[in-house]
Amino acid sequence: MTLYEMVGLTSDEYELIVELLGREPNELELNMYGVMWSEHCSYKHSRSLLKEFPTSGTHVLQGPGENAGIVDIGNGLAIAMKIESHNHPSAIEPYQGAATGVGGIIRDIFTMGARPIALLNSLRFGNLDDRHTRYLFEKVVQGIGDYGNCVGIPTVGGEVCFNNCYKENPLVNAMCVGLIKTGNIKKGTATGIGNPVMLVGSTTGRDGMGGASFASVELSNQSLEKRSAVQVGDPFMEKLLLEACLELFETDSVVGIQDLGAAGLTSACSETASRGNSGIDLDVAFVPKREEGMSPVEVMISESQERMLVIVKKGNEAEVERIFNKWGLHSVVIGHVTGDKMLTVRENGTIVAQVPAKSLAEAPVTHTESKVPSYLKELVKLESRAIPIPENMNEVLLKLLASPNITSKEWVYQQYDYMVRTNTVVTPGSDAAVISIRGTNKAIALTTDCNGRYCFLNPKIGSAISVAEAARNLVCTGAKPLAITDGLNFGNPESPEVFWQFEQAVKGISEACQILGIPVISGNVSFYNESESNAIYPTPIIGMAGLIENRSHITTPGFKNKGDVIVLIGENKEELGGSEYLKVIHGLEKGEVPQLDLEVERRVQAFCLECIADGLVKSAHDCSDGGLAVALAESCISGNIGAELHVNKTMRTDALLFGESQSRIIISIDAELLPTIIEKAHTKNLAYEVLGTVTGQALRIYVNDRLEIDTPLERIRQAWREALKCAMGK
Amino acid sequence: MKFGVVVFPGSNCDADSYHALKDVMGQEVEYIWHKEQNVDRFDCIILPGGFSYGDYLRCGAIARFSPVMDKVVKFADSGKPVIGICNGFQILTEAGLLPGVLTQNQSLKFICKMVSIRIENTNTPFTELCSKKQVLKIPIAHGDGNYYVDKDTLKEMEKNGQILFRYCDNDGETSEKANPNGSIENIAGICNQQGNVIGMMPHPERAVDRALGSEDGKTLFASVIHYLERSSVYDSL
Amino acid sequence: MFKVKIHVVPKKSIADPQGSAVKDALGTIGFSGIEELRIGKIVEIKLDVSNRKNAEIMIEEMCEKLIVNPLIEEYSFEFVEESI
Repeated sequence: MTLYEMVGLTSDEYELIVELLGREPNELELNMYGVMWSEHCSYKHSRSLLKEFPTSGTHVLQGPGENAGIVDIGNGLAIAMKIESHNHPSAIEPYQGAATGVGGIIRDIFTMGARPIALLNSLRFGNLDDRHTRYLFEKVVQGIGDYGNCVGIPTVGGEVCFNNCYKENPLVNAMCVGLIKTGNIKKGTATGIGNPVMLVGSTTGRDGMGGASFASVELSNQSLEKRSAVQVGDPFMEKLLLEACLELFETDSVVGIQDLGAAGLTSACSETASRGNSGIDLDVAFVPKREEGMSPVEVMISESQERMLVIVKKGNEAEVERIFNKWGLHSVVIGHVTGDKMLTVRENGTIVAQVPAKSLAEAPVTHTESKVPSYLKELVKLESRAIPIPENMNEVLLKLLASPNITSKEWVYQQYDYMVRTNTVVTPGSDAAVISIRGTNKAIALTTDCNGRYCFLNPKIGSAISVAEAARNLVCTGAKPLAITDGLNFGNPESPEVFWQFEQAVKGISEACQILGIPVISGNVSFYNESESNAIYPTPIIGMAGLIENRSHITTPGFKNKGDVIVLIGENKEELGGSEYLKVIHGLEKGEVPQLDLEVERRVQAFCLECIADGLVKSAHDCSDGGLAVALAESCISGNIGAELHVNKTMRTDALLFGESQSRIIISIDAELLPTIIEKAHTKNLAYEVLGTVTGQALRIYVNDRLEIDTPLERIRQAWREALKCAMGK
Repeated sequence: MKFGVVVFPGSNCDADSYHALKDVMGQEVEYIWHKEQNVDRFDCIILPGGFSYGDYLRCGAIARFSPVMDKVVKFADSGKPVIGICNGFQILTEAGLLPGVLTQNQSLKFICKMVSIRIENTNTPFTELCSKKQVLKIPIAHGDGNYYVDKDTLKEMEKNGQILFRYCDNDGETSEKANPNGSIENIAGICNQQGNVIGMMPHPERAVDRALGSEDGKTLFASVIHYLERSSVYDSL
Repeated sequence: MFKVKIHVVPKKSIADPQGSAVKDALGTIGFSGIEELRIGKIVEIKLDVSNRKNAEIMIEEMCEKLIVNPLIEEYSFEFVEESI
C-alpha cells in the first residue's frame, strides 16, 4: 500500500496534490490532505448535488457553508440551527459516540454566537428483539441524555425508528437550535494579517484519531496502540466553554471563531483561512497537550473534544485570557493570521508543513455514476388482492399502537431534561416541540422527520414526503415553517445504486422545498452507512423549525372537549404501499409509496394554519404512520377523551383505516364553528370530511356504517404507552 | 428583599431560578459567583440545580469546596433562609448543612417528569403559606435523587419536623408507585433542625407558569417572601 | 473459594473528564504536586470454583465480555483471599 492510499487518497488525488504544491507532499501534509479530502470533511461526492437545494429567502441570514444556518424571527432575534450525524462512532461506542455527537452540534451553534436553546435527536436502530440492538439503543439514549442534561440544554424532540436495515449501522443524528440577536452573528473566518489565532477549551490528546480517514506510517506500533478511535465527551467542559464563549462575544475581541470537529486543528485552520481568503501560521509546540510525545501529525489531526479556535483582534489576547481564566479554561495563542493564503505548521519554529489553505478546504469533486437499483422493480409490485383483509380491526389497531415505530417514546424522553430553561411549552410526544421565546409573544416549533421505508421504495417521493411531513407537523402546532437543516444518511456513494438513491433524494427534497417555500440552511451528509450484508435504507432526515407569531395560537394534537366536531382536512385514498400496517400485520415492506401532490400539500397546510390563526381549531394532528385510525387514537390518548366517527368511502377497510395517504390533517373544532370551516374549505377548493365528535371513553369508528373499531380508551392507552418499556425490560 | 442565586461552574438552573424570582415573583435578585467572599447583602440564598463540576466524583462533592460555601454556611448559621434545589440540595448535604445523601435513582436512569409532592410541615420559611398535606405539582429532573439517611437520624428528623415534602400520587397518598427514585419514605425535600436551610429535589422554579404545566412552585417562593417581610417587620420594631 | 478484586481504569489514551476535574479541584483546595489522577472502579467478586487457573480464566472472560469496555478501559485483578 502506498503512503497516499494509507491516508485514504486515490492516485488521481495524489497527483493533483503534487501538481498543486509543485512537489511531493511530506507526511504531515499528506495526512492533512488525507483527512480534509475525506468524504466526511470534503463532501466530495455530494457537494455538486447539494447545490440544487433552495437556500435563500428574505428571512435567511446565513445559508449553508458556515457552522450553522440562521433565520430571522423578528424582534431583532434569529435562530441558528444545524443537524449532524455521529453514526459510526455510535456504532463502535454508543454512549460516548452519541454524547460527543451532541457535544459537537452544540458547539456548532454557539460558535455562531447563539445560545443553544433546544436539542433534538433522530435515531435509527435494528429490531428490538436483538440484544445488541437494545444495548445500542439504551446506551445511545443515555449518552444523549447525560450530555445535554449536564450542559443544561433541553432535549425536546426528535424520532426513534426501528428497522432491521439499521441493525449494524445505527443512525444518530443530533440537531441543535440556538437563539441569537441578529447583530451578533459570528463567523468562522480568519482575517486581518497579524491577528493572533488562539486555541481555547480542552487539551489535545490522541483521541479520535482512528477515524476512517486516518492512517499514517509515522505512527510507530507503540503509538498505534496508544491511539484511540473513541472520543470521550466532557459535558462539564462544554458548559464552561459555552459560557466563556458567549461572555467573550459580548466583548469586541473576536474576529472569527470555529469549532474543532472532524480533522481537528487542520480543518479549523484551513477552513477559517480559506473563508477569510488568508493564511494561518501556527506552531504545534504551543498547543496544550494531554499526552507527552505527540507528533505534529497527531496534534494536527487529533479530534479531542471541547476545543475552539478563536481569531482575536491583535492586542485583545489578555481580554480573552481573562474570560477563559474566569471559567477555568485554557486559552493559548498558537499562531497568527497571514496574508500568504498558506497554512503553515511549525514545530518549535521550524516549518514542518506548508500548503495553500484553500487546497485543503476545497477538495476536488468526485463524480460518481448512478444507476437505478435492480431491487426496485420487484419491490414496488404489490398484489393487493393477495393481502387478506383482517377480520378484527380492533386487534390491528392495538398491534399498530404497540409497534415500536408508533408506540410512545416516553421511555426515551423521560431520560432527557426537556424542561430546563423553562421555555418548553409543548413537551416531547406531540407532532412537534414548541419553545417559547422569552421577551416576545412568539414561539418556535421544532421537529425531525424521515420515513426510511418510503425512501427505500422511492427515494424521490419518500424524501419529498419527509419534507412535507415535517412541515405538516409544525403546521399542526400553529407554526409557519421557516427553514430546514438536513441530515442525509446513505450507504456507500461509490455504489452507483446508492448514488442514485442520493440523487433522487436531493431532487425530492429540492422540489418539496421549492413548492412549500422552505429553504435548506444547513445540513450534513453521512455516507458509508453499510455493512457487509446491507446498506441502510436511504434516510434523509429533515430537521425543521417554524415560527408561531402568537403563543395563544399554539395547538396540540389532543382532543379537548366533549361535543367538539372532528374534521379531516385532505382526502383518504386507497394506498397501502410502504405502510406500517403492511409491515406489522403482513410482514411486507413493499409497494408504491403514497402519492404526494405538493400543491395540494401546500394548500392543506396553509388552510390549517389559517384556521388556527383565526382561533377556530382546538386540536390538530398530522395523519402519518399507521394512518387515520392511529392518528385518531393518538388524539384520544393525548386528550384523555374518546371519539365516535363515521368514515364513508368505497375502498378496502384496512386501507381506509390504516393507509398512509399524504396531505391529511385531523382537526377538532367547536361544533358551532363547523359551517365556518366548511365554507372556508369550499372557497379554498379543499377536500374535507366531517368524521364525527369527541365523546365518551372509547374510540369508535364506523366504516360505511359498520362498527369496525370499538376499543376503550384505557386499552388503547395501555397498548401505546407500555410497548417500549416492555421491550426494554423496565 | 434581595435574593442571591449562586453560580457554580456547571450550574444550569441558575437562570431559571433568577427568572422565577425576578420576572414572576417581582423580587430583587443577583447572581453570586462561586468565588465571591461577601454575601451579607442578601436576605435569602438559592443554590440552583445543574451539574456543578460535572457531578464528577459525587454530586455536589467538589462544589461544596467553592470559596462561597464558607460564607453560605455562615449565612445559614445566622438563621437566614437558604434553599438548595436539586444539585443545590446535593451540595447542601455534601457540605453537612443537611443530613443524609442523594444516591443514584433506583432505575439507574435520569428521570424528567412532573410529579406530585405533599407538604409535611408548614412551619418553615418556604412552606408557611402552604396548607398541611397540600399536594403540589412540581417537576423533577435528576439522575441522583434517591434520598437516603440512616434510621436513627430519620426518626430524629421526623420528630423535629424536618421532612418537608414527600412524593405522592394525585390524591396525596405516598404510595411506592408515586416514588420516582427510590427515596426512603418517599422523601422529596427536607430542612435542617432550625428550619431555615431547605433542600428539595423537585424544581419549584420550573413550576411558575401555567403554560409550562404548573404554577405550584410559586407558593413556595411566595412563602419565603412572606416570611422575609414578616421578619423584617419584626426587625424594624 | 476465591475473592478477587478487579480494578478498571480508563485507558491512558482516553480522556478522563472526571479524573481531570477532581485533580483540578484538589489543586484548588490546596494539594500540590498531583502529577496525574484517573478515576476508575473496583469490582469485588467471590468465586466458587475449584482452582485458581479456572478463576483467572473466568475473571478474564467476565471482564472482556461485560465488566470492561476494552475500547476505553483497561483492567487488572488481584486475588485477595483464597480458601479451599
